[in-house]
Amino acid sequence: MSDQIVLRHVTKKFTTKTLGDIIAVDDFNLNVEEGECFSFLGPSGCGKSTTLRMIAGFEDLTEGEIELCGRLVSSRKKNLYVLPEDRGLGMVFQAFAVWPHMNVFENVAFPLRIQKVNKTDINRRVAEALHHTSLTGLENTFPGDLSGGQQQRIALARAIVTNPKVMLLDEPLSNLDPKLRETMRFEIKALQRKFNFTIIFVTHDQSEAMAISDRMMVCDMGKIMQIDTPENLYNRPCNRFVHNFLGESTFINVEIRDGKAFPKGSADQALPLTLPPQASREMVVATRPNEIALTGPDEDGYQTHIEKRIFLTDRTEYLVPVGGQLLKVQTPHRIAFSEGEKCSVHLVEPMWYPADDAEADKERARRQLV
Amino acid sequence: MKNYDGVSAELAAVDGRKRLNMDKVMTAVCFVLLLIIVVIPIVMIIFNAFFNEGRLELGTFVTQVTDGKNLDAMWNTLKIALGATVLGTVMGVFYAWLLGRSDIPAKGLMRALFNIPYMFPPFLGAMAWDMMFNGRSGYINKFLRTLLGLKTMPININSVWGIIFVEVSYYFPFVFMQVVSALERMDPTLEESARIAGARQRQVIWKITLPLVKPAISAGALLILTTSLAHFGVPAILGYARGIYTLPTRIYAVIYNSGGSFDGIRQGAALSVMLVVVVSLALILQNRILSAGSYDIIKGKSMRPTLIKLRGARVPLLVLAILTLVLIVIVPLVMIVLISFLKAYGLPLEFKNFTLDQYRTVFASNGTIDAIKNSLFVSITAGIICMFLGTLVAYVVQKIRPKGKGALEVISMLPYAIPGTVLSIGVILAWSGRIAGINLYNTIWIILVAYLARYLSFSMKTSSAALLQVHSSLEEAARVCGASHTESLKDITLPLIRPAMVSGFFLIFLPAMREVTTSILLYGPYTRTLGVQIYSLRDAGMIPQAAALATVAIGIIILLNTLVTRLTRDRKGV
Repeated sequence: MSDQIVLRHVTKKFTTKTLGDIIAVDDFNLNVEEGECFSFLGPSGCGKSTTLRMIAGFEDLTEGEIELCGRLVSSRKKNLYVLPEDRGLGMVFQAFAVWPHMNVFENVAFPLRIQKVNKTDINRRVAEALHHTSLTGLENTFPGDLSGGQQQRIALARAIVTNPKVMLLDEPLSNLDPKLRETMRFEIKALQRKFNFTIIFVTHDQSEAMAISDRMMVCDMGKIMQIDTPENLYNRPCNRFVHNFLGESTFINVEIRDGKAFPKGSADQALPLTLPPQASREMVVATRPNEIALTGPDEDGYQTHIEKRIFLTDRTEYLVPVGGQLLKVQTPHRIAFSEGEKCSVHLVEPMWYPADDAEADKERARRQLV
Repeated sequence: MKNYDGVSAELAAVDGRKRLNMDKVMTAVCFVLLLIIVVIPIVMIIFNAFFNEGRLELGTFVTQVTDGKNLDAMWNTLKIALGATVLGTVMGVFYAWLLGRSDIPAKGLMRALFNIPYMFPPFLGAMAWDMMFNGRSGYINKFLRTLLGLKTMPININSVWGIIFVEVSYYFPFVFMQVVSALERMDPTLEESARIAGARQRQVIWKITLPLVKPAISAGALLILTTSLAHFGVPAILGYARGIYTLPTRIYAVIYNSGGSFDGIRQGAALSVMLVVVVSLALILQNRILSAGSYDIIKGKSMRPTLIKLRGARVPLLVLAILTLVLIVIVPLVMIVLISFLKAYGLPLEFKNFTLDQYRTVFASNGTIDAIKNSLFVSITAGIICMFLGTLVAYVVQKIRPKGKGALEVISMLPYAIPGTVLSIGVILAWSGRIAGINLYNTIWIILVAYLARYLSFSMKTSSAALLQVHSSLEEAARVCGASHTESLKDITLPLIRPAMVSGFFLIFLPAMREVTTSILLYGPYTRTLGVQIYSLRDAGMIPQAAALATVAIGIIILLNTLVTRLTRDRKGV
């Protein structure tokens, strides 16, 4: 396997009227391997779309360089910038971007017509692309008469018809309804196996990214937080943000005194946990609500009671006071407690992070205004 | 939407059972008023073109239609309209693309400036161009002739091409504004996906961008075409004296030469039928060539489109855009102002020949003051009446939806497609004593009636659009709270569409203030409008005086426009 997409020190600065300079993408370094499905995941304004647009060639970069299939396409140092049409990419956009004035056939044939492919080849290759996207028979239909799912298939067919090595998907499923989203996810993976292209998939939907990716990059406020496989990202998130962003999280702020972790607001009872090697005075304990053991009173764990019980469709949720905070616990329905009942909570292998970063929250709020 | 309408219809039925239905009264009032204002004048034209004293008489019609001069006029009308449409469209699209898609600097300012020709009265522009490039006495012509040592004048604006040039420079904003807004609303990924597909910038423009804004181009082109076909001012000023007629100026000539006799008016009616046929043919033709599909091109997250780097062409194109603006806005304006200071037309433009006398004369003359008063009076009155009447019709069509609402809609929109000159003939035929002895001829009221017919569709359109935004559940909520039908109308619907009504008023008031096409056929000795007064002064050879009054008129127009922008800036309608 060789690296097919390489980003080195890629940085993008914007100057906005209201906020001044914003570093949208701050020193991104990553390698995507051939045939890999790689996701960019993060909240809006994290820099994922800007990065994709720099790879596509719609944005120039402020610093760094980008390499596609072993060829340098953007480089600030060498003052090199290859136009989007010369990068040989396939791309699918969130709003489909199928041309309403062309029928399905013409939409898909467009890239080939630009390449001046001969007529018989166009017919053959368009038919093939339509076949793989289940659009056969709709050649003469106009996109306006088709459903959102079908329009997105046209966009896919148009992207695969030139047989590109790299496929950029910019939130391609966000405009579809949930059921259809799942089907399309499978179809995209099936197409990838068939044509063996590398995918970069941009999304803000964590479950979608988890389901489709070999590896993913989680970013926030223009910085890469972590790059890893979905499993590792879920099980070993490197910071509180990644923990919170992937799956459900629940946090307890703790103070470390005498080698013990006291939840904030609780003077006398410590959490029965082994501290990490380098514990600072204030920390955050993070865990998943469904990985907390909830047992009867006086068993192993922190002694408390049930503050509130919420019946969710597939599980029961309890809010349990831990010091001055409420811990979220989710259990199967068979583990039933009533409100006010005494209980013990036991955290299984929680993650430890430094205490809340107020500065980061402020910066996040500022960026949301852009 | 349908369900809610169903509910309101039922609600209306319940109302109807209880008492005299207000909806029915409003519907009836609409029909009667539209009959008087729109239908009667149109019927009178057709009737008088083909009938004389109650008997079918095709003689006049055939003579007029086969008359060589009239055929020439028709041919000129077509040439000018098609030329202005093609050139105006090309120019409008080009500048729209430049401002909407390229990285040309000072966009905001340029956009504002490109809208100026739209509010500048074209016939004043024609006057200015005539002063500069008249084939016999144009100032710049004379200058160039001396400079280049020519025997003849280098440029003759008093030609078909001259008329086309002046019309293009004031009509291209129709296309420009439509296309700029379409480009702004267009999803940029439609163009980006073509780049990814391998298309060059140039290919994207021709294969994706232009086809997608075709509906907007087509709508703008149609506006230029119909406006030019019906236009009186420019061909009257540039062509009339040289014997270059168009149908509207020919109609004016026929009636003017006959001294307002009934025979002349009948000839005018015959020509009007001819003009209406030409307009209809043009509409059909336009429909064939540019069958306007409407695409849904507004989608997805709003992202700023990637601006095309003009690189080396940036400065030359900026210079071109600025020169265009200077040429069509500044130069004519300066020329009119300069001439207005001249002691007599034809004197060299030197400081010793300048005087303020023209302004003194203009303001001392009763005619001028009356003209300004008349214009203000009819424009404001027509604006107010149309504002209410248009809203009434819009309400009936959109919310009450009686039987025959289609007919109501068509009737109120009809004058939009009928040239102002034709409408004037109809109004003369209808209201000079032939119906119920009502004779408004030579009074200000006949101009008012014509304005009502001509501008009603403007206010109806804006009110219609606003009413469509007022969901019927809003009125229903008021009913649930205990308001009666009348109260919910008065307290909920009307306040919500008030901003649209106000802008409807200005949409009528502003063009009416600078209007000349309709009133030129209707004015009497004491009922000249501002436009007519300028036209007559110029016609009588008092060109510096006409220029002085034109300067005053332009001042008034600029003042009113600034006022309107100020007033409507923070009004956000529904």
